Amino acid sequence: MTEERNEFGLLATTRYVPRLRLERGDVLAQHRWMAPGLKTLAKGRRAMANWDEDSVTMAIEAARQLRAASPDAAVAELTLASTTLPFAERLNAGIVASALGVAPDAVLRDTASSPRAALTELSAALRRPANTAAQMLLASERRIARPASTQEMIFGDGAAGALVGNGSPIATLVASASTHADLVDHFRQAGEDHEYGWEERWVRDEGYMKIAVATLRQCLKDGGVSAGDIGQFAMPAPLARINDAVAKKLGIAPAALVSAEHDSVGDLGCAQPLAMLDIALRAAVPGALVLVAAFGSGCDALLLRRTAVPCPGPVPDEGHPETSYMKYLSFTRQIDLAWGMRAEMDNKTALTAAWRDHARASRFEAGRCSACGTVQFPRARLCVNPECRAQDTQAPTYLADTPARVMSHTTDFLGYTPDPPFQFGHIDFEGGGRVLMEFTDTDVGELEVGLPLRMVYRVKEFDHQRGFRRYFWKATPVRTTASSPSLSTTGAR
Amino acid sequence: MATGIRDKVAILGMGCSRFGERWDCGPEDLMLEAFNEAVTDAGIDFKQIEAAWFGVCLEENNVGKTAGPLAQALRLPRIAATRVENACATGTEALRGAAYAVASGAYDIVLALGVEKLKDTGYGGLPVRTRGVANDLWLPNSTAPGAFAQLASAYAAKHGVPMADLKRAMAHISVKSHANAALNPKAHLRNKITDEDVLKAMTIAAPLGLYDCSGVSDGSACAILTTPEIARALRPDAQLVTIKALEVSVSNGEEASFRNWDGAHIATARTAGARAYAAAGITEPRRQLQMAEVHDCFSIAEAVTMEDLGFSAPGRVIHDVLDGVFDREGALPIGTDGGLKCFGHPIGASGLRMVYEVYLQLQGRAGERQLKHVDLGLTENLGGHPHQNVCAVSIIGRHGA
Repeated sequence: MTEERNEFGLLATTRYVPRLRLERGDVLAQHRWMAPGLKTLAKGRRAMANWDEDSVTMAIEAARQLRAASPDAAVAELTLASTTLPFAERLNAGIVASALGVAPDAVLRDTASSPRAALTELSAALRRPANTAAQMLLASERRIARPASTQEMIFGDGAAGALVGNGSPIATLVASASTHADLVDHFRQAGEDHEYGWEERWVRDEGYMKIAVATLRQCLKDGGVSAGDIGQFAMPAPLARINDAVAKKLGIAPAALVSAEHDSVGDLGCAQPLAMLDIALRAAVPGALVLVAAFGSGCDALLLRRTAVPCPGPVPDEGHPETSYMKYLSFTRQIDLAWGMRAEMDNKTALTAAWRDHARASRFEAGRCSACGTVQFPRARLCVNPECRAQDTQAPTYLADTPARVMSHTTDFLGYTPDPPFQFGHIDFEGGGRVLMEFTDTDVGELEVGLPLRMVYRVKEFDHQRGFRRYFWKATPVRTTASSPSLSTTGAR
Repeated sequence: MATGIRDKVAILGMGCSRFGERWDCGPEDLMLEAFNEAVTDAGIDFKQIEAAWFGVCLEENNVGKTAGPLAQALRLPRIAATRVENACATGTEALRGAAYAVASGAYDIVLALGVEKLKDTGYGGLPVRTRGVANDLWLPNSTAPGAFAQLASAYAAKHGVPMADLKRAMAHISVKSHANAALNPKAHLRNKITDEDVLKAMTIAAPLGLYDCSGVSDGSACAILTTPEIARALRPDAQLVTIKALEVSVSNGEEASFRNWDGAHIATARTAGARAYAAAGITEPRRQLQMAEVHDCFSIAEAVTMEDLGFSAPGRVIHDVLDGVFDREGALPIGTDGGLKCFGHPIGASGLRMVYEVYLQLQGRAGERQLKHVDLGLTENLGGHPHQNVCAVSIIGRHGA
């Protein structure tokens, strides 16, 4: 590690990409009969959220990576940016904060509606150096595009995050600029999955080439920087050639253009500027100027200078190829398959019970008996150790970041799950604690007694009747190539 | 000082309906079928019954709550009646309530009846249902086969045996159950099968295949209990059958939440079994018992239970099963009526169905499947899942045995 510094700036960035990567060739294969033009986009894979992932759960994974990267940063503000938040009313950032165990006096907010929402927030956070406590900014997106649309090919699901505060920054603010303009290149009505967009050539010429270029130029001017000095230029755009044209017009070197990872991930919507910033910062040499922009109802531009501090945390792995387009349609509820009567079960949630023991589900709260040391889940009034049975001795302890192993398991083809077979089993946690729980992102044949596991926060069940979903932790195999955050002890308060 | 119930309660009569997919019968029909047989067997007038215990598990899928459905179906003359439920151990729980009433001297003649009408759900297997509002927030909505399948993974890992060997033993158990049920006219699944059928069947919950799972059936079974003295007076010519032990053990969360359970056995079966042996004066179960009916909801459940009840030494059940120890001609026949696997598993009735088979065997009335000589038989009736359950063990035998 570099020497301890106490400077305000960007402390860490991260990306989370779901394990599943939908092969675009398999998407094309289903649409070729009516949309042969998609062929030009049908290269590589796009990230695809599992059925139990949404913008909240992916944001939590990004946040956990940030926390592992900067374990000492106490989060005083947490902002969740997304145009696909699961709840229109219920603080989505609150679900994230509860799962993370963020202090109850932290300021939380959701921000939405625009692909540049997250970059607007990041710029604002970096312009507030008086605020010494850490601000966590998360952006997460699970956009559902109409089948056979260009967007279906281009979009990817995923999240990104940034941590701003005092410490050893990986980058510091040079300048930022912002322009608002109600140029409607695409829109999506509230409550709708699918967007409606206008001709890309017009968006390029009237939007990017005028509004984005002007905003970027202003940013460079405010920073007193020449375009030729930009080391990394990151800007999401629907067509790769748009960035080339914008860079050329500004005088940014072609080598500075940051990959959008179209071939392996896809466009992450309002998380994409932060994801590309993460890529840019990891590629930037110390002292390099990093320019990131986000276009949508105007434009935000942010100019940073990379420090010598190494970028902490892992980068996403290759994921797991998914070849079933039908599975994608079903996961996104764009097709209603015959799931049988077992799927008819009413998953109504008793909100009173959910609140009473909210830390149990949100933080994976277990109890540690102060008399005998036994860790047990759920936390209970009486210790489960038959030799102890002490009353009211259990202090909360949290299993979310505790390594675990399979004690017993099954792969069940009878029970209903949106992604059969239903895999579940008994898990033993390191240091104690045993829970019967579900596995996710687990292949058939992968489970065996003793398999090392880590925990991920996922949708447990949907209540489609009432528009509710409940979340809980699930176990997933620790894979050597996985982008798992280091399994440090949880930041129990 | 409590002295238990050994030989204090006699079985005066029993009845059991045919088990199966009884599409044309409601629970009332099934109850009456079992009850009429029991009353005839007991040789009494139904009005002599003073109190009743009624076992039904998934009441929301069939009869609804309270003991009212029993009283109505049998037109019992406003006697005391109690509904009991302890998951799949419900049948034995009904028997237990009735037996204690006789042993206490509260009543002379009582009824224990269990019924389950499962085939009104519209799909195969057991009904899906809530686990309680707080549990639903975190507990997987696991199926019964999925819950029991885990026994196999843990057993194979604990004893270091290849899953293929364990599966061969499990297959033998299911083949045996079908062979026994083929001789039982009341059984649900009476076809004979081969090891190959079992091993090639579709997977339900790995490693359990279709033939590793018991039938989901409609049915009813009942017992009329009294004191040995009254039984002898009423039926001087019949073999007097008495209850030697009736023990229940319930998981308190240790298996699910503590570290002392290996996932490869049923802890409550060991506890209930040990208590029952103590109550009945049994020290060498494999030698002293001539038969047992166990909760073979899944082949692996029967396998591990053999060790839990002391029928096989720890880690030896695969060998004993493949050696035929538990076959009908073996040293300790298990599930001579086909068991849950093939007689069927109408939940509330199963515990009483097990006792019915021991009762028939003791009286020499088991037809083609009659064993040579039975003095003592055991039933083990499990409700819930391996990690959290209710286990009821009864020992039934000749009076004085």
